[in-house]
Amino acid sequence: MRYILFELKEGLLIAFRALRANKVRTSLTMLGIFIGITVVVLMSTAIKGIDNSFQNGISALGSDVLYIDKWAWFSNEDWWKLRNRRSIDMADYEKFKELARLPIAVAPVINSVQTVKFGERRVESVFLNGSSSDYVKTTNFTFNQGRFYNEIESKSARQVAVIGSEVANKLFPRGDALDKNIKVGGSNFKIVGVLAEQGSFILGPFNPDNQVFIPIGSIFKNFIAQHRGTVTINVRAPNPSMVEETKAEAEGVMRKVRGLKYDEENDFSINQQEALMENYNSVVGVIQIAGLFITGLSLFVGAIGIMNIMFVSVRERTKEIGIRKAIGAKKRTILTQFLLESSAICLLGGIAGLIAAILGSMALNQYFPTSIQPSAAVIAIGVSALTGILSGFAPAYTAAKLDPVDSLRYE
Amino acid sequence: MNIINIEHIAKIYQVGAEEVQALRDVSLRIDKNEYVAIMGPSGSGKSTLMNMLGCLDTPTKGKYEFNSVNVSDMTDNDLARIRNKEIGFVFQTFNLLARSDALHNVELPLIYAGMSYTERREKAEKALVDVGLADRIHHRPNELSGGQRQRVAIARALVTNPSIILADEPTGNLDSKTGEEIMLLFNDIHEKGNTIILVTHEEYIAEHAARIIRLKDGLVEKDETVTKRFIPNSKEAKVS
Repeated sequence: MRYILFELKEGLLIAFRALRANKVRTSLTMLGIFIGITVVVLMSTAIKGIDNSFQNGISALGSDVLYIDKWAWFSNEDWWKLRNRRSIDMADYEKFKELARLPIAVAPVINSVQTVKFGERRVESVFLNGSSSDYVKTTNFTFNQGRFYNEIESKSARQVAVIGSEVANKLFPRGDALDKNIKVGGSNFKIVGVLAEQGSFILGPFNPDNQVFIPIGSIFKNFIAQHRGTVTINVRAPNPSMVEETKAEAEGVMRKVRGLKYDEENDFSINQQEALMENYNSVVGVIQIAGLFITGLSLFVGAIGIMNIMFVSVRERTKEIGIRKAIGAKKRTILTQFLLESSAICLLGGIAGLIAAILGSMALNQYFPTSIQPSAAVIAIGVSALTGILSGFAPAYTAAKLDPVDSLRYE
Repeated sequence: MNIINIEHIAKIYQVGAEEVQALRDVSLRIDKNEYVAIMGPSGSGKSTLMNMLGCLDTPTKGKYEFNSVNVSDMTDNDLARIRNKEIGFVFQTFNLLARSDALHNVELPLIYAGMSYTERREKAEKALVDVGLADRIHHRPNELSGGQRQRVAIARALVTNPSIILADEPTGNLDSKTGEEIMLLFNDIHEKGNTIILVTHEEYIAEHAARIIRLKDGLVEKDETVTKRFIPNSKEAKVS
């Protein structure tokens, strides 16, 4: 054991001596590994960052909320089958609300897309959300200013609106949105509340930050005829552990509301964040594998570069190997020496690559949250050492088994 | 006591489809503190014999005992250990590591022997002082003259205190004056009790030895004691 440590230490010194003697070549070879490690680490960090924002975004939807809808978020059913389902209307919602015992909040939701204006400022294609005052109880909204519209405003379909933080920023850069009258579509609405920043950029239009919330009565009055469109019923379970029970109850109640016979299929879907999460995870899994595979290729190219240069180096130093063998270097000693050389190149390149990736991720941080995990750093260093050993092995083995007589004669 | 005991060794090389018998049947014994020259024209097998004696190669047939240990069928690793500890090589082309200074070249065999840093540095320095290179310790081979390079190589051969010194045409790349100085150094080394085997094709170099073995066509042609041994004038030659 002690001898092996001794050999490693001496081998390392000899390796560094050799690398120093060939500075240009060493640094060019290192560059391959440097680029490889940089892109791999950056890529995995970027994926991790996007993943984190998405997870946060999805969890903003709440894991304890069910969405009863004509449409299924993810389904193997034929599209036309879903299309032919009856729409869910306000009467269905009223009956459901009356019969369901478990939920702590039930709210009907219907959407429209409208342009929102204040004076000269306008935001196009805003997701307009019509619901009851109970809607806020199905979310975890927090407010910058004001409040959500109340029950009276909701029931009497007042022209009041709660706006998301992004919409507020665009229309009221000075932050004085409260009590102002904005135009949604062609109608006037008074702002009663401004949401604090909620979700994540990754949800796009579904991010509450980009939405406007008005009473459902107002949406029917101004934008959608009662008999058209289909309502989504948002149902919140008392706590995350009771989601399944709530879902089972909701299914039974909904079947009753819709008057389905025992042998008829559900003509509605109960969606939940979990399904979105599962679907997302499988997509992100593919992106992750593809991304790492592509960037991994550049690391692989770097490894081939090392193997190539090590072969050249062994050929060039045949005489040196002969001398070393003549004065007592064993096969293992020569093997170790060359392996250490290639690993040293890779390790140095890897460490430089890691530093570059850390700087790069700091730069990326301006666009979305990224951070290099300590585990990623350890893996990057480990991978570069392993690359060195794997790509150096064939050349080192060639060197180790050179015949001393032949290599001494080599010019 | 025999250091080297060779019995009926042969070495056959396969060159393409042809078999080349570099050594046919060679037997010899070399005692401790002998000074032997091996001579012969090119193709006589003296290089092959030298590689064999130096444990760089193993015979195809026959037995080779080194210090009463049979080395004819040793593994590569065992042979490397013997080369490291028991044999000091001096080559015609010096064979120093070009990018390392004299000190590192001399300490190299001690690294392979597993000796600690301070101990081997001390030994290597002493070996360099002993061959008269006290002021050249940190010079690289390309900063040294031919004679100085060969002295570094001799220091490297001596530093492990080996059983034999194997010198292959050690003066072949040197002018005659420098060559003479190197031969004087070998003389000193021999007088200190070392065993030296010298491979050469020059008569006047071989005459420094006490015994000459002449090879021809892979066989020992003559094995003679030198009657009129050439002993250089040490006082004059020692100045380097």
